[in-house]
Amino acid sequence: MKVERPKKPDIGSWTEQYPHLGTADVDYTDSVCPEFYERERDAIFRKAWIHVGRVEELPRVGSYFTKEYKVCDTSIIVARGQDKKIRAFHNICSHRGNKLVWEEFPNDETRGTTRVFQCKYHSWQYNLDGTLKQATREEEFFNFDRCRYGLAEISCDVWEGFIFINLDPTPEQTLKEFLGEMGEGLIDYPFHEMTQAYCFRAHIKSNWKVFADSFAEAYHTPYMHGKMSPEMAEDMVMADGIAFKMMGMHNTTSFRHVPSDIEQATPIEQLTQCGLYGPWKKPDLGGNLTPPGQNLSNHPDWGIDSHQIFPNFAIIIWERGWYHTWQFWPLNVDEHIFECRQYFVPPKNASERLAQEMATITTREYAAQDANTLEATHSMLKARIKTHLPLCDQELALRNLHYHVNEWVNGRRPGAVAAE
Amino acid sequence: MGIFPEQFADIEAVGAPWALASYNDRQAKRHASTMAELETFYETVFPRSQEVLAYCNSFDIDDWPDEVKALMNMLYSLVLVSFAVEVWKQPRVPDTGAASFEAFDEPAV
Ligand code: FES
Ligand SMILES: [Fe+2]
Repeated sequence: MKVERPKKPDIGSWTEQYPHLGTADVDYTDSVCPEFYERERDAIFRKAWIHVGRVEELPRVGSYFTKEYKVCDTSIIVARGQDKKIRAFHNICSHRGNKLVWEEFPNDETRGTTRVFQCKYHSWQYNLDGTLKQATREEEFFNFDRCRYGLAEISCDVWEGFIFINLDPTPEQTLKEFLGEMGEGLIDYPFHEMTQAYCFRAHIKSNWKVFADSFAEAYHTPYMHGKMSPEMAEDMVMADGIAFKMMGMHNTTSFRHVPSDIEQATPIEQLTQCGLYGPWKKPDLGGNLTPPGQNLSNHPDWGIDSHQIFPNFAIIIWERGWYHTWQFWPLNVDEHIFECRQYFVPPKNASERLAQEMATITTREYAAQDANTLEATHSMLKARIKTHLPLCDQELALRNLHYHVNEWVNGRRPGAVAAE
Repeated sequence: MGIFPEQFADIEAVGAPWALASYNDRQAKRHASTMAELETFYETVFPRSQEVLAYCNSFDIDDWPDEVKALMNMLYSLVLVSFAVEVWKQPRVPDTGAASFEAFDEPAV
């Protein structure tokens, strides 16, 4: 079957609505050049607000988790204090620099609940608000002033239950300003009701942007994932974005729901009552299910929105009442850790639990195809035989990401402009 | 004494080895299996799956006994293996030699 062609803007394309992005081939040197990566580390990853987790991961006073932030050679503790406030700190002991919180393997992330953070080396103890509680054998030190040796705090703020950090001690923009129209557009969506999390990650041998690119367009879907969606493979336009909106460095793209995913269900889809778009039965959700930033064109067949938050995070909201996030954690110019978290309303019975399992496995099966192809892409981009690559109208979100990465690397970020 | 309730004793020999509690273990077993082994599991368990699910549905999800946990873990494996059998016709997702996913946070049951 064929679907109706999405109506493009009068100017002729989605892309040409944003003249600053141009339509020229895009220089992909930014994904393979070690010097460019070095500049990204300071200009982007030490300046932008970066998502690190959900408030539900810190349910009570003393809950904490650690986040490896290799792109800036640090590790971060995120903790809920006695006053319930969520704070972030560099995971470094003030005495002789030992990593403060870790279990078994220093490079593995960890989580838990505690009253104090105690260093494994000489047992200095820190309160949940980062102040030094106690230095062991304090009298052996010289003019010791406990106030001087708290943990190094990191700017931290919360938007709709998503915790963000900023390595800049005095961020040029608040988180609200940074998220701007994108943040406003999703206010009151019931993220906090979807607390059943299924998370997976992979070490990927590609530049972080190469993977972000692959999830930012659906042009590849009928081809790479054709076996999982025979209908799309029949009518390539079905995968197309039905609306695109660039909001500075962030963007939203809306996609349709494939019409007959239930009628053409496979045996396992019938058993689990779940398909490519998630569990067939929608959960009861409160909050605002149709915030202004969602289903941009109010399309009757709306199925998915991809909300890309600069630089390395995306929230994908499904019409069926669940969402997932992608995140790309750079390790070096050629490698990153890819992380996917899928969130559902807690299941009420075995059938609902099984439907969620099906949804998460479906995502993993197709993401495995994406992930492996990336290594093939990145390895050849490195040859620098093809440096300027043509991006079509369906690839607008990629064009936007590479444009803004270059803007930031060249010092042209929104906060910096305002500060001048 | 098996780990499945008596009415599912007939699928226990094939199903129980797949009653693994984590995605990482289930995926490792899938990748270590031949297509013939995956088909045997699928063909043995799938015809009983509605019945298994109905049985599990009769228990409170916050209070699943071990036998229900085992049956559900087997069904999670069935979901995973169904992709190999129904979609890919091979144990792995095609063209994913290098990619491997690790679950780092998943529901306890
Ligand atoms: S390095 Fe932490 S107490 Fe000495
Ligand atoms: Fe894909």
